Amino acid sequence: MNLTVNGVARDVESPPLTTLLDVLREELGVTSPKAGCEQGGCGACTVLVDGEPQRACLTPVGAIDGAAVTTVEGLGTPESLSPLQQAFTHHYAAQCGFCTSGMMLAADAYLQRGGTDDREAIQEALAGHVCRCTGYVKIIDAVAAAARGDSFDLSVTAASAGMTNLGGEA
Amino acid sequence: MTQATEVLFPTSAEDAIAQFGDGGDVTVLGGGTIVMPELTYGRLSPTKVVALARAGLDTLTVGGATVTIGAALPIARLAELADDVKALAQCALNVADYEIRRQGTVGGNLCAGEGHDAPRGDLQGPLLALDAQARSTGSGGEATEPLADFLARRSGRLLLDVTFEKPAASAFAAIDYPHTHEYTVLAVTGVRTAGGETRLAATGVAGFGTRLSAAEAAADDPEKAGAAAVGDVRLGDDALASAWYREQTLPVLVRRVLAELQEAA
Repeated sequence: MNLTVNGVARDVESPPLTTLLDVLREELGVTSPKAGCEQGGCGACTVLVDGEPQRACLTPVGAIDGAAVTTVEGLGTPESLSPLQQAFTHHYAAQCGFCTSGMMLAADAYLQRGGTDDREAIQEALAGHVCRCTGYVKIIDAVAAAARGDSFDLSVTAASAGMTNLGGEA
Repeated sequence: MTQATEVLFPTSAEDAIAQFGDGGDVTVLGGGTIVMPELTYGRLSPTKVVALARAGLDTLTVGGATVTIGAALPIARLAELADDVKALAQCALNVADYEIRRQGTVGGNLCAGEGHDAPRGDLQGPLLALDAQARSTGSGGEATEPLADFLARRSGRLLLDVTFEKPAASAFAAIDYPHTHEYTVLAVTGVRTAGGETRLAATGVAGFGTRLSAAEAAADDPEKAGAAAVGDVRLGDDALASAWYREQTLPVLVRRVLAELQEAA
């Protein structure tokens, strides 16, 4: 089997019932999708499969042979964050960060399908994602800002938070 | 575990039927939303898995007065029926969340065993109210029967599709649930047929979806119908709600559905 992960073609040796989550984390070394509940309830493992958000923990890799998979590593780079990643940074939408990659991919797909800054619509799009820090208000603020196309000076954000290594080991 | 499992990905309905055979020792994998956690947590060690991802059973056919839904149709696609069968589209949009609705299948939802901490089978209520016919294969070959009969013996059979007549009107009412839960707490579907018959069914009651026969008989009087519905079902306590809470709210949902059906008249 093979997958295209963040634009790079990868062979997959794992058996077909292996979860996409295990293939990404254990076989391919892509660790941004998190193993939270591993039963589809928390959203932390969410990745994009052919552009649509999908629970990697519920997906047998054999069912998506040949698909294009996107993780947060494919949204932007530390030097060039995507507008959504900039909005998450500016609005402090990550606390412990465990849910963040799943939240961002679901939000990215929401924006790709023309989602607006309507808070109810954002809540509906992120309904499958649990933030155990309960930081939902700032997460929704960030997605709304990205939907509006707000722009940010992240050097100011970083300075006000006392951060010196923004975009490093995020 | 997965090493010793025979995993088949049929590429047509015919292949799926042949590979399923009489269903002995076969685990059917639809979207994966129910089966995959069972594998991950070691609660299921199948010897043979037939995965429907590429079996071509993901069809939705609206032809004249009849709707046919393939067993592997993603739940999210039922939203396309918003004009023809409003209650079914609303019920589908009430299932879990955006990602799960895209991945979970109609057949998986209908055939789900009882949940660990909540009732499953969100779509059973609307499809029972629609008096759907279920076409399945397995021991004894292909059979088409009322959905209620199929549900009673679903273990060991492969659902192929469900078919029903478009209703004149339909309505759906459900208890809101927090986003940290995925399952319907309690929901009622009402259907008025082209012939003027009113049918009601509930999901979120013990066992699986249930037609509300006594409530149907009293459908002209929503108050009486609501009260009668409590006698149509078994109500249980689970992680989402108590039997007491469901007993208080079932009549309310029945009244709402009947009121909406009356407005649609």
